[in-house]
Amino acid sequence: MSTMENVSRRRFLTGGIIAAGALVLGVRYYSKLSSGDKLPHDTNADHATLHPSVYLGIDPDGTVWIVASRSEMGTTSRTTLPLVVADELDADWKRVKIEQAIADKRYGDQNTDGSHSIRSFYDAMRQAGATARFMLIQAAAQQWGVPATECETDLHVVVHRSTNRTAGYGELASAAAKLPVPKREELKFKARSAWRYVGKGEVSYDLEALVTGKAVYGMDARVDGMVYASVEHPPVLGGKVKSYDEKEALKVAGVRQTVPIDPFQPPAAFQPLGGVAVIADNTWAAFQGRKKLNISWDNGPNESYDSDAYKNELRETTHKPGKVVRNIGDADAAFSKGGKVYEADYYVPLLAHATMEPLVALAEFKDGKVTAWAPTQNPQAAQDIISKELGIAKEDVICHVTLLGGGFGRKSKPDYVAEAAVLSKKVGRPVKVVWTREDDIKFDYYNAVAAMYMKAMLGANGKPTAWLQRSAFPPITSIFDVNAVYGDPNHLQQGWTDIPYDLPNLRIENGPAKAHVRIGWLRSVANIYHAFAIQCFTDELAHAAGRDPLDYLLDLIGNPRTIDFKGVDYPNYGAPFDAYPWETGRLRHVTELVAEKSGWGKRKHGKGTGVGIAAHRSFLSYVATVVEVEVNDQGEVRIPRVDTVLDAGLVVNPEATRAQFEGAAVFGTSIVRTGEITATKGAINQSNFQDYPVARIGEVPYQTNVYIVDSDAPPAGIGEPGVPPFVAAFCNAIYAATGKRVRDLPITKLGLT
Amino acid sequence: MIQLKVNGAVQSFDGEPEMPLLWYLRDVLALTGSKFGCGVGLCGACTVHVNGQATRSCVTVMRDTAGKEVTTIEGLETNGLHPVQKAWMQINVPQCGYCQVGQIMQAAALLNSKKKPSDHEIDEAMSGNICRCGTYQRIRAAIKAASGEMA
Repeated sequence: MSTMENVSRRRFLTGGIIAAGALVLGVRYYSKLSSGDKLPHDTNADHATLHPSVYLGIDPDGTVWIVASRSEMGTTSRTTLPLVVADELDADWKRVKIEQAIADKRYGDQNTDGSHSIRSFYDAMRQAGATARFMLIQAAAQQWGVPATECETDLHVVVHRSTNRTAGYGELASAAAKLPVPKREELKFKARSAWRYVGKGEVSYDLEALVTGKAVYGMDARVDGMVYASVEHPPVLGGKVKSYDEKEALKVAGVRQTVPIDPFQPPAAFQPLGGVAVIADNTWAAFQGRKKLNISWDNGPNESYDSDAYKNELRETTHKPGKVVRNIGDADAAFSKGGKVYEADYYVPLLAHATMEPLVALAEFKDGKVTAWAPTQNPQAAQDIISKELGIAKEDVICHVTLLGGGFGRKSKPDYVAEAAVLSKKVGRPVKVVWTREDDIKFDYYNAVAAMYMKAMLGANGKPTAWLQRSAFPPITSIFDVNAVYGDPNHLQQGWTDIPYDLPNLRIENGPAKAHVRIGWLRSVANIYHAFAIQCFTDELAHAAGRDPLDYLLDLIGNPRTIDFKGVDYPNYGAPFDAYPWETGRLRHVTELVAEKSGWGKRKHGKGTGVGIAAHRSFLSYVATVVEVEVNDQGEVRIPRVDTVLDAGLVVNPEATRAQFEGAAVFGTSIVRTGEITATKGAINQSNFQDYPVARIGEVPYQTNVYIVDSDAPPAGIGEPGVPPFVAAFCNAIYAATGKRVRDLPITKLGLT
Repeated sequence: MIQLKVNGAVQSFDGEPEMPLLWYLRDVLALTGSKFGCGVGLCGACTVHVNGQATRSCVTVMRDTAGKEVTTIEGLETNGLHPVQKAWMQINVPQCGYCQVGQIMQAAALLNSKKKPSDHEIDEAMSGNICRCGTYQRIRAAIKAASGEMA
């Protein structure tokens, strides 16, 4: 059985080729679609007897249907948000069935990015559960002729204690469905002490499917009559096909045809890249055919891009005055007084996502409408781009969301989904487009290459009296506006404009950088390079001042206070400041706690070993990390231990949260050890795991200890905030162990081996 | 015509003998548990057992499977869950899960040849299997848990 949905007992037909021993593909075919109706809104929750919310339905057999409207890529949002519903409903988790939503704006935002699924949907989930619970209580009270205030719920039942009566949710569903849906003000939410699941957590709803190979990812989607496609994209962004010869490709057994795809009109946004597709009876034949296309390219203006020269340009930019994004006091005046001035340049190259599941999508164009199945973080954007590419209404695009074999932000950009739809229209059959690993590495939306120039003057006790930081990186906004060269507030805010130090003179600047590849969000995004520069520079200053790095860091964070962003464009990750103020006391607390947990200053570190510390707030969560490294005589780096403390407000699923922070340390390990994408003449040099290595089992932290601060603050981000402080703390630990400063990532450039 | 056994059933293949086993399993037999990750034997997502040995099916061509017994995740255990799968659940290993089938097949082969692998032996055996979510710490713990179970 698929984990995506249980194929419904009503309404839906099962789809897909079912070959010997194959899975039943749990995707829904909508009979309405082919009859020309509008987009259907058919979930089992919608059709359940009691369905007071788009997210929830209850049937007379007691089954509770909960709709997961966010994509599942390993963070457990597909489990954790339904847990909130189930808790507020007082439902038995074993009787909950989770359905994956199709793209549909009635669920609100579905772009599963920015570590905000819990933050943005916690209230909606609670409300859904509380609404149904309210109606079930009302129904029971009416049946028993008692005041509703005398009734309460226990696991999956309404109870009237004084008369010792109980009624199950299933048996109450019909009566409850006849009652008006209560307004939010009428709802009574459970007391924290009564929570069953929130704060305790659950393993993934899909766990068994994940370990038995039954889970359905985009790569596993199949439908009747589908063909496979592999696309040769222009090697340089914006390039075009001059000519190609399909003769040899068509000789490959299984190859059916070749199909040119038009180049995109800038800006690239989420449009397919263009190129030539090979259509075949199986994936391998399509791959083989592609090798024989003999394409001649017009590379266009980005052919001038060379990442080595570009690095120098970025650095020069940061050595000149840029746009001021935040200013306190007068740093220039302070510097001009003279004193102990320290400067450092930091650099992080382009980074690729390299999700384990390469990009893949299946789409069928039929009768002017498209049905797509894709591992997408952003199904509504997939609808949008498909409708634009094919010139059909958005309502005529159904986008099913499969499980995602990793996302990390890459799968928020649905260029590959649109590619499948475009090809299906040209071929007249369902098309599954499969990107190779080489395609995935070469045609990414890369995390921006970034240069950071840091300057500080140290006063009494080594504390900075003036601080200047200047960055340059091609902005993500460049994919939507070819003229965009400056960092935008949404990315400058990520650990740059919000440097939390208590400094009398501070100037923060950003310089221009033109993009020559597609730039996009990657787990933690701009926080990666910003935290790297600030937290490593802090460590450098601590050593320059002859102070303990922990002490020094705490000194710079200063006394607990709320940062005032008056006059600063600081979007706070889209969250209101009253609910999510920037509180330095919380950063201080996680820093002090991680020092304690890691035994900072108490454990002995011999030759070639050392520890590093860093603290950072991102996606509204406060995290501090201590990394311990060992470097042997051959220069090989081991990471015996990582301690990390997080304050993410209310944590719904602690177990999944620990897993995310363990994973963040591994993700950060890849960035520090080997993460680097380069380009020559506009084309990406890397292609697969031999030249874009990611961390393997022996290279990662042997043990990552994750500590969660118990907090009443509203929920904040989990998936991303672990990466930035890890990266910086790891680099600081390498210095502690070797005396070598990491200013250019990755450390392959450090010459340790 | 190539004859082989897949999960105990005899299969005949008359297609391109250079086709990698992975694509035969996935596209022809629709056994989609084994995953495509890199296509060149660098990530381990496609790991299956060929005559009991952990093998990268993406670089094993059909010609070389003649007369062999192939076991995929779908056939790893016909009676409930394999001890390695149970351990994976007990330790809550998967995040996105995409690589985990390959990890499990690799771990099962390791434990078949080595009842109580050391940390070093686990790292050696598992170093060809990439997990981008970063579940390695739990993978190691789960292998140890399964090792206790199977001993």
